[in-house]
Amino acid sequence: MREITYREAIREALREEMRRDGSVFLLGEDIAEYGGVFKVTDGLLAEFGPDRIFDTPLSESAIVGAAVGASLMGMRPIAEVMFADFTTVAMDAIVNHAAKMNYMSGGETPASLVVRMAYGAGPRWGSHHTQSVESWLTNVPGLTIVMPTSPYDAKGLLKAAIRTPNPVIFLEHKLLYGKKGEVPETEYLVPLGVADVKRTGDAATVVASGLMVDRALGAARALAAEGVSIEVIDLRSLQPLDEDTILASVEKTGRLVIVHEAPVRGGFGGEIAAVVANKALGFLDAPIQRVGAPWTPVPFGQTLVDAYVPAEAHIVTAVRATLGAAGV
Amino acid sequence: MSYSALLTDRDLVQMYRWLVLVRAFEDRVCDLWTMAKLMELPHGSQGQEAISVGACYGLRREDQVLPSLRTRGAFFLKGISTRIQMAGMFNKTTGAAEGRASSHHMGDAKRGVLVGSGIIGASITVGVGAALALKLQKTDHVVLNFFGDGAAQRGDFHEGLNFAGVFKLPVVFVLENNGWAEMTPVAKHFAGQDFACRAQGYGFPGARVDGNDIFAVYDAVQSAIARARAGEGPTLVECVTYRLRGHCENNPVATCRPMAEVEAWRAKDPIPKMRGQLLERGVLTDATVASIDAEVAADIEDAIAFAEQSPAPDVNDLCKHVYAPESADLVAGRRS
Repeated sequence: MREITYREAIREALREEMRRDGSVFLLGEDIAEYGGVFKVTDGLLAEFGPDRIFDTPLSESAIVGAAVGASLMGMRPIAEVMFADFTTVAMDAIVNHAAKMNYMSGGETPASLVVRMAYGAGPRWGSHHTQSVESWLTNVPGLTIVMPTSPYDAKGLLKAAIRTPNPVIFLEHKLLYGKKGEVPETEYLVPLGVADVKRTGDAATVVASGLMVDRALGAARALAAEGVSIEVIDLRSLQPLDEDTILASVEKTGRLVIVHEAPVRGGFGGEIAAVVANKALGFLDAPIQRVGAPWTPVPFGQTLVDAYVPAEAHIVTAVRATLGAAGV
Repeated sequence: MSYSALLTDRDLVQMYRWLVLVRAFEDRVCDLWTMAKLMELPHGSQGQEAISVGACYGLRREDQVLPSLRTRGAFFLKGISTRIQMAGMFNKTTGAAEGRASSHHMGDAKRGVLVGSGIIGASITVGVGAALALKLQKTDHVVLNFFGDGAAQRGDFHEGLNFAGVFKLPVVFVLENNGWAEMTPVAKHFAGQDFACRAQGYGFPGARVDGNDIFAVYDAVQSAIARARAGEGPTLVECVTYRLRGHCENNPVATCRPMAEVEAWRAKDPIPKMRGQLLERGVLTDATVASIDAEVAADIEDAIAFAEQSPAPDVNDLCKHVYAPESADLVAGRRS
């Protein structure tokens, strides 16, 4: 099968959905003429013209607010918030308007839109361009939160996100844009809310999201060399949360490590731990371990960033901690 | 020739009737609130009726309105009945969003009413987005985007008006300057002289009119609508008015205003003003005035009876409408 990058996969999804549905359009900062700061939308202006993809003022609140308003009129906007950190500026439009439109209209006019945003640390871009913001939004009924890791999933999940009538926050990790993977040329969708077991194993379950799925798979390879077989689950979406896949795995392995790039405290890992504690406590042979960022803003320089972002070694240590535990 | 000069006698009587209905509705729900009969706390628009009626009169069904807190007349003029508005205030399933939203934020896609916002000012960008859609869909319909002087101090005012100006969107920003943002007078939240001049900074015209003069409002908004339909872009229409009630019925006007100011504005009440003009021109007679009052009162009592008899929301539907229905190939595993 052909291989394309995560960036190209997202662009393909946008192109295919724009061709399929004339109500789909793109708005955001520097997405049209320049093709986006991450070049995701490069070339779309030439094919679709300025009524389907256009540059906006530097106004995240108006970008998402206008997307909400346009969706009420039957359009299918895809708004780009250049960096996920800027979500704060658009937060009101997302939380109070997009998320609640279906409810406050009694089911008449959902905000059928996607807000794409680049998140995550790695580049030396400091505290305002590198955060993992998903848990700011996971406590908002009405939203759907998607975090693809592979090019295949990025394309299939985005196509489903564009088609669902409900508002979707689509989080793209900036270190994944150049990642290559197999993507079929034929049409497919990946439904939102279905986790993917990326690697099977029986010693422990590692539940991860976004870039951390790749780190967990790296940890799994390292542990496999020691004869320890762990199962790695890619959540793909946090909302809806595929509880069944998580619970089935924990019931098999008896051990759980949760990994995300956002700070551990208050992070979505706490929700997953609570679900497992509530529904599968009797299957646990060791305390649940959480791996995430420390309680600090994302630093700027490489040394500190490397220390900030969870690495394979942190995940290996957490798995060993669950294996070493005598039981609960 | 002004737009209002073209209004027929029938139009004039109809506009007057809407004014009377809005005032009577607002007064009656304030009474019902004091009698503890309502679920929704009234945010009265008494004194400001000429703006919503004058701005919305003659709109097409496809034209969109995004009401503020004080735009009760917009709902009526867009065809939402007194019954539905009243049922909303009683929090019944026959009201807004089956009892999930308050009456003054209700939307109605079939009639061109966009869902409003409790985040004052945030609706400005939503209305701009609706105008963006109307332009992308290559229609000549327009959006009337209502908000107050308080909302005009939000960052969304700037982002929304700038966005609309850049894309020349078919939107009329109707700023209801009622002198008070909740309990804060405009002089304490605004150092400028008027709001209309702000439009110049966004590259489109602004007009400041007497919001208690229904013909001044009608003329300014009709002119702005014509501009929008012609693809010439937005207009900001500042309507200077006065809110005769407190911010809501928890803040009685006597507790937070100089009463001399209130009385001075009572003398400029838009409803007696229009009535006097129409009586003088012979368009209205004392008899028609009385019959309009009686019809409106009967309409409102009918709406109250309807609301009282309507079912309340069922607690089993507590988590209904959080998400729109989705097919299984798109989404799996929604749960509350």
